[in-house]
Amino acid sequence: MTRATHPETAEMQAIIDRHLGMEGPLLPMFHALQAEYGYVPAAALPLLADTLNLTVAEVHGVKSFYHDFRDHPAGRHILKICRAEACQAMGANDMSARVLERLGIDWHGTTPDGDVTVEPVYCLGLCACGPAAMVDGRVVGRANSDRLLAEVGA
Amino acid sequence: MKIYISMDSAAKALGADQVAAGMAAEIAARGLHAEIIRTGSRGMIWLEPLVEIDRGQGREAFGPVSPADVAALLAGTMAGHGPTETIPFLAKQTRLTFARCGVTDPLSLDDYTAHGGLLGLRRALGLSRAEIVAEVTASGLRGRGGAGFPTGIKWNTVLGAQADQKYIVCNADEGDSGTFADRMIMEGDPFCLIEGMVIAGLGVGATKGYVYLRSEYPDAIAVMNAAVDIAREAGVLGADVLGAGQAFDMEIRVGAGAYVCGEETSLLNSLEGKRGVVRAKPPLPALEGFMGKPTVVNNVISLATVPVVFEKGAAHYAAFGLGRSKGTIPIQIAGNVAHGGLFETAFGMPLGVLIDEIAGGTATGRPVKAVQIGGPLGAYFPRSKFDTPFGYEEFDGQGGLIGHAGIVVFDDTADMLGMARFAMEFCAIESCGKCTPCRIGAVRGVETIDRIAQGDGAAVAVLTDLCETMKDGSLCALGGFTPFPVMSALTHFPDDFATRKEAAE
Ligand SMILES: Cc1cc2nc3c(=O)[nH]c(=O)nc-3n(C[C@H](O)[C@H](O)[C@H](O)COP(=O)(O)O)c2cc1C
Ligand code: SF4
Ligand code: FES
Repeated sequence: MTRATHPETAEMQAIIDRHLGMEGPLLPMFHALQAEYGYVPAAALPLLADTLNLTVAEVHGVKSFYHDFRDHPAGRHILKICRAEACQAMGANDMSARVLERLGIDWHGTTPDGDVTVEPVYCLGLCACGPAAMVDGRVVGRANSDRLLAEVGA
Repeated sequence: MKIYISMDSAAKALGADQVAAGMAAEIAARGLHAEIIRTGSRGMIWLEPLVEIDRGQGREAFGPVSPADVAALLAGTMAGHGPTETIPFLAKQTRLTFARCGVTDPLSLDDYTAHGGLLGLRRALGLSRAEIVAEVTASGLRGRGGAGFPTGIKWNTVLGAQADQKYIVCNADEGDSGTFADRMIMEGDPFCLIEGMVIAGLGVGATKGYVYLRSEYPDAIAVMNAAVDIAREAGVLGADVLGAGQAFDMEIRVGAGAYVCGEETSLLNSLEGKRGVVRAKPPLPALEGFMGKPTVVNNVISLATVPVVFEKGAAHYAAFGLGRSKGTIPIQIAGNVAHGGLFETAFGMPLGVLIDEIAGGTATGRPVKAVQIGGPLGAYFPRSKFDTPFGYEEFDGQGGLIGHAGIVVFDDTADMLGMARFAMEFCAIESCGKCTPCRIGAVRGVETIDRIAQGDGAAVAVLTDLCETMKDGSLCALGGFTPFPVMSALTHFPDDFATRKEAAE
């Protein structure tokens, strides 16, 4: 699992520098930072800007364009539930409504105890075995609300 | 005894890893001589986890298998489906692009070459650039990412461009609901995509390739990265491809959850580390693409079909199909469907045959109400359009599109007003923000559909107008084609819009 500790400047810079030889390195840098900390720390933006000769506003603009990059830590478990059409055809709307209700949160929300974050995802390529979900990176097909809640320990 | 179990993520999502672990434990406990080989998926998702056992007479299929079935399966007392190849869903297919998928170990280069792999590349290495491009043109291959543009013509533009560096960019963003062909081939036969990209590089004079792979596919990312390393180690990639004196290397890059980044110019911006905003064309990516250099942008299936075109010849490929839709198309049948999965066939099969006969109707057993073809920007077809043959022009003629060839089936409980609303909502969430009709129009679209739902009949005209504006005033197909699912739902399923009105009155 990722760790959401207080990030050290030198450590973040080292992560950034690992990608310096690449063409178009910014997304790989964001991914690497998020893989390490669970989110992209705000303190990393000026480092990225300096390294890549961009303004902080530009770096922020790129980060905020993409649904994947978080600016604060997620819950201990990340539950992504597919909201797209093929899963809707198999009852995904009712299923996700039940999950969110039981957890007492809305999409993108995290339970007050910090255990679970629920995020929408638009297709996991599991459209012939929907409704589909992903729990901490593991795929789940023919999901139901009880199974998903059990997977995240709720 | 050899035992084959898929490592495809759909199989895993249904428990294939647990079945494989159970098999390994049972084999050890009984002291059996058996080898477990993890393959890609055969594409019969309703049978996953599928286990194939070869006791010396070919592979026999069993599935879906649960960990509880393992003992019976190894004891030979579990009922199966007979020889895998005779299962009608497989027997009725023409597998060219997916010939190896589900058969071989995805990360064994030896297995790959034993099943025809690298024959196409070896042939291409003996041809000139112009001959390579001419072969692709002659095959009639058209882009499988959605637009159906002839691949050979695109390659020819890049071939003719003068530059110190050219690129091959593989579009593996596969964001359309109901599609998973790209994922399946990347997880199940990754060397096939790599081989196709190398041939593309040789053909147009590009030495560097990128696969832009969506982050929603962690399994495919892992398999592709491993395959690239193996291919480089074996000299399929690198400074001297197969010792023939030409260079080509490639990298896997991970997307970040933006649907619009499947649009090729947005993808290129994203790959360059920018916001994934759509670029105006011209300039064409073929002339000014990645880093401003001439770039081939092709879908995974377009590129993964190139090896078989070279292995069997353009004429062989072009002999399949219907009209200007040549060759085969891996159709993905999904949603509320009895036999969902991947069905590769020559173009031309009527939609209704695919749904009623091949896929066996709905999973719930209720009547089919609507099918959406071609992802979230594709139209909803009612049963009355089920005789439409699967082909680019044929679908276009019916007000639809085949897109990346995904079919999503809905039973009679589907709420088409809800689906129209979702299409607008999705467009609003995923809009890159460049055009007002898309960015703002989609938000208004959701509101307008909510008004219809509340019984405001006059809002139907507003919605129709709004769709016209979005069609005319959008730079790319996200804003431009969202009216397809919306208007087709409204046109073909008026009751779903009207009953609400009456209920409110
Ligand atoms: C909103 C939008 C999303 C798209 N998504 C994809 C995608 O996920 N995969 C893809 O191959 N093409 C996608 N396309 C089509 C690409 O722009 C482009 O036509 C394609 O990558 C060209 O490759 P091809 O000729 O091999 O099909 C999308 C287009 C639009 C407008
Ligand atoms: S139609 Fe929408 S997604 Fe496409 S360029 Fe315009 S704003 Fe961006
Ligand atoms: S639509 Fe849900 S996995 Fe594809």
